[in-house]
Amino acid sequence: MNSSTSRILVWWTVLRISVEERLIYRADFALGTLMRFLPIVTQILLWQAVFTAKKPGESIAGLSRDNFVAYYLMVTISRAFSSMPTLASSLAMEIRDGEIKKYLIQPIDLIGFLMLKRVAWKLVYYLVAFAPFALVFTLCRGFFPGWPSAPILAAYIASLIMAFLIGFFLEALIGMVGFWFLEVSSLLLVYMLLNFILSGHMFHLKLLEEWPAVDMVFDALPFKYLAYFPAAVFLGTEQGPALVQGLWIQLAWVLFFATACRLAYRAGVKRYSGFGG
Amino acid sequence: MTTRPSYAAVFATFARNSLVRDMMFRGNFLIECGTSIAWSAMNFCFYLVLFHYTPEISKGSGWTKNPFFVFLATSMIVNSVLQVFILPNMDRFSELIRKGDLDFILLKPIDTQFAVSFERIKWSGLSTTLIGIALLVYGLKNIEFTPGPIEVTLYIVYIACGVAILYSVIVSLAAASVVMGRNQTLYDFWFSLTIFSRYPMEIYTGRLGTPLRLGFSFLIPILLAINVPARFMAKPLARGEGALAGYAIIAAVASLLMSRWIFKRALRGYRSASS
Repeated sequence: MNSSTSRILVWWTVLRISVEERLIYRADFALGTLMRFLPIVTQILLWQAVFTAKKPGESIAGLSRDNFVAYYLMVTISRAFSSMPTLASSLAMEIRDGEIKKYLIQPIDLIGFLMLKRVAWKLVYYLVAFAPFALVFTLCRGFFPGWPSAPILAAYIASLIMAFLIGFFLEALIGMVGFWFLEVSSLLLVYMLLNFILSGHMFHLKLLEEWPAVDMVFDALPFKYLAYFPAAVFLGTEQGPALVQGLWIQLAWVLFFATACRLAYRAGVKRYSGFGG
Repeated sequence: MTTRPSYAAVFATFARNSLVRDMMFRGNFLIECGTSIAWSAMNFCFYLVLFHYTPEISKGSGWTKNPFFVFLATSMIVNSVLQVFILPNMDRFSELIRKGDLDFILLKPIDTQFAVSFERIKWSGLSTTLIGIALLVYGLKNIEFTPGPIEVTLYIVYIACGVAILYSVIVSLAAASVVMGRNQTLYDFWFSLTIFSRYPMEIYTGRLGTPLRLGFSFLIPILLAINVPARFMAKPLARGEGALAGYAIIAAVASLLMSRWIFKRALRGYRSASS
């Protein structure tokens, strides 16, 4: 067996084991997946209530009630790609407990291993979440303007994949801060807070257009590419040159965080000391 | 010498131990306080943005900007009480079951539900309570209705009822850990379910909203947890809302009894995981 075949076999085995590992506590996982849809219901009802106080046909920041509901639904899909629960905290814990040394003595790359594990988790998630997603989107299809064109759909898929990559490298980078500080839970809390607001998870970022200075800050940061941008691509909020420019910026953030993550790992390993068996 | 433990003394010990633990990592404690304040501030900012675009949430509901800030403050206060006293404990209950560490608590001469519910106190969460109180004062200063001593007393009573209802929900959810083996997403469950309580009842209308309002008022009465106390402070009780207030007391007591029964039943199914 040549080296590339054996390498593919190793990665395939890692992927398979990660899928099986994820399926062990499937009841917990399935319930968790279903529960994620409940906050959307409150958002639908909240925006419905807000629009009852407006005149018929009146919009908010150029968006109708249906636009808001569709946006929140699409953000759920973005988040299904970009959120990386427990990645940073478990990586920091492995550094602190010394478990990370197994990656240093075995012929396997830590970042590649973590990414495959995350891909496996996501695959299981999509498998479990497909039915509830399909149900919710079928029930809510009236809020959508219709399917976008094939090029927009391709751009949307690309933005989702890049959202996954930004989310992965960014959280792995936070986890690697553990090489220097050991405890990253406080940093993670700050990250979660920033992510919730700046990514557009909390509210539609178009609402900020009335405050250009704030809008500019949101624009300059990578967070909006985790939730807002893919949703805006699908819904046609980002079109033409703005869409193409957005995709390039998103790619630049992927490359930035991938490089930063690799450099942090290299520097971290140089600093790391492992003792005991 | 009595063999019955002094629950107040045990609780005071839990509180002291947690404070000592928190003070060992002062930097972390300060960051947690800062993050809690920032979460509350961002939540407040979201509604500031919302009320920039609309005068009211749900036409004719009376939930204009300042009364709604009273509602939001009530939500912060109720939830922060749970975050301080209950959530840190319930979050680790699943791991106690999975690793068999619950054995040590079962062997102690004290009520298991009490020990499981209050052992850890997250003092940093009190920063949210303080922000909630500050927002409550700000909201009350800017509304036309001035609550009297009766309203303030009732507010405190119904805050306690709200905490009791939400505590019952989380205890029942945590008890599911015994059946499921692991319930790591317990916090997500609780957050997703109780998020319904964080909005005024008036938004629950129509084909989707009405069944939810009924279900979350009568089956799992989480809608009463914040709506009832907030109404006492933000606006005078409307006709028919007196009955709702009476019902909230019954619902709080019934929730506590039901969760106690669920917890005890779940414990019967517990099998130690230790060797």
